[in-house]
Amino acid sequence: MNEIDGILKGIREGNPRTIGRAISAIEEGNHRAAAILQGINEGCVLAATILGITGPPGAGKSTLINQLISHYRIHGKRVGIVAIDPSSPVSGGAILGDRIRMMRHATDPGVIIRSMSTRGRVGGLCAAAGSAAKIMACSGCNPVIIETVGVGHLEIDIVGLADIVVFVLAPGFGDDVQAMKAGLIEMADVLVVNKADHAGADALIVDLKYATQGRDCQVCSTSATESRGIEDLANIIGNIAQRKRQTGQFIQKREKMLESEILHRAVELMRTKLKDRLMAQEEQIIGDPQDIVRKLLEEVCVTQLESKKR
Amino acid sequence: MEAGQRRGRVLIGKVGLDGHDRGAKFIARSLRDDGFEVIYTGIRHTPEEIASVAVQEDVDAIGISLLSGAHNELIPAMIHALCQADAGDIPVIVGGAIPQEDISYLKDKGVCEVLTTGTPTQTILDVFRMVANEYRQKKHTYE
Ligand SMILES: Nc1nc2c(ncn2[C@@H]2O[C@H](COP(=O)(O)OP(=O)(O)OP(=O)(O)O)[C@@H](O)[C@H]2O)c(=O)[nH]1
Ligand SMILES: [Mg+2]
Repeated sequence: MNEIDGILKGIREGNPRTIGRAISAIEEGNHRAAAILQGINEGCVLAATILGITGPPGAGKSTLINQLISHYRIHGKRVGIVAIDPSSPVSGGAILGDRIRMMRHATDPGVIIRSMSTRGRVGGLCAAAGSAAKIMACSGCNPVIIETVGVGHLEIDIVGLADIVVFVLAPGFGDDVQAMKAGLIEMADVLVVNKADHAGADALIVDLKYATQGRDCQVCSTSATESRGIEDLANIIGNIAQRKRQTGQFIQKREKMLESEILHRAVELMRTKLKDRLMAQEEQIIGDPQDIVRKLLEEVCVTQLESKKR
Repeated sequence: MEAGQRRGRVLIGKVGLDGHDRGAKFIARSLRDDGFEVIYTGIRHTPEEIASVAVQEDVDAIGISLLSGAHNELIPAMIHALCQADAGDIPVIVGGAIPQEDISYLKDKGVCEVLTTGTPTQTILDVFRMVANEYRQKKHTYE
């Protein structure tokens, strides 16, 4: 058996070491990455539902996912989680802490959790997160859950990665308004008011129901710490998944995902190439930025073509 | 980003019952500020839990801090769990209140470095840099 076949077999068998290694290979874009992705069973990827769970920092996303994992495990499902945290713009480092809330599942062989940092890349991150989700799906995870913080542009890309988008809010932040402004709520299939044990939850639910009137968006409430509302949320998610598959929305979105994945990968590739080229410039850069951009693009594309010919 | 440009991924956590996490949190933040991706697992975990997380996260080093005195049992148990998961090669760094006479025992059991209480932060960072980098190089050459 060649090496890649061995890796693919390990993934299918759910070997955590192989899965961990394979995700790293893809994150770092090493030479095995493409072969692994090509060998992934598309049937598994199509069978799995990818849930995007997003929302403002501290809303309780990880705690809620912890509860959802328990729910899915009781129903005998294998679950994968990709938890994304922002990296520090200064050092490039990151503290990936979502996992703390899910440590209960640390040794459960039916749960695979992988933390990722944004590493200052938007397109690349989405590509890596999407690929990690595929590997998890290939190992039999269904659903695969992707957690991201939702405050800027990044999560809109994440929205493009998920079949179902769950936006988590909590009372008392004023985040509801922020989220509405950012248009995030419009992207969501489900709005969850978490921390329903806090004052103000009911009012927020009323607000959200009003704001989503006439739209295909469900509102529900949970208390992740008290484990309330989890079953309801899981049922809502399950119903949406079923409906999307029946109406063909699911497959349509998957096709779009492929397009955006290709775009993300291309942009990420270009970004590093452009940056390298720019950094390699000996003399100080002066002149009209637009001209420089044109020249830079030309140079990068020419070297790219030449390296292809060779 | 090229693999070589990054510092790598490390796990920082605590095993056993002691609940003091100030030291571990401080190290986690220092490592982040030094460019590491730090998987922080919090306190009071079993050796098996830490090993399982290290495998899933495919880290380049594991840093465990202990103040409880139970290191001679817990650390070998964790290394055993790593080996069981085909991950015995992930380097383990132990920090905290470790008596001098236990250091060689832990090293015999497969610990790569022991950093006792009072080790300067810069030294700790240097150790993590060196250890994680070496492991990444190794991973790379056979890849
Ligand atoms: N009272 C109450 N607290 C909660 C609830 N859910 C989460 N929390 C608390 O809220 C805090 C943040 O929870 P997390 O799950 O880490 O939130 P998050 O949205 O994942 O946060 P980031 O990943 O940092 O954006 C923790 O202290 C949780 O214990 C809830 O339903 N009720
Ligand atoms: Mg979180």
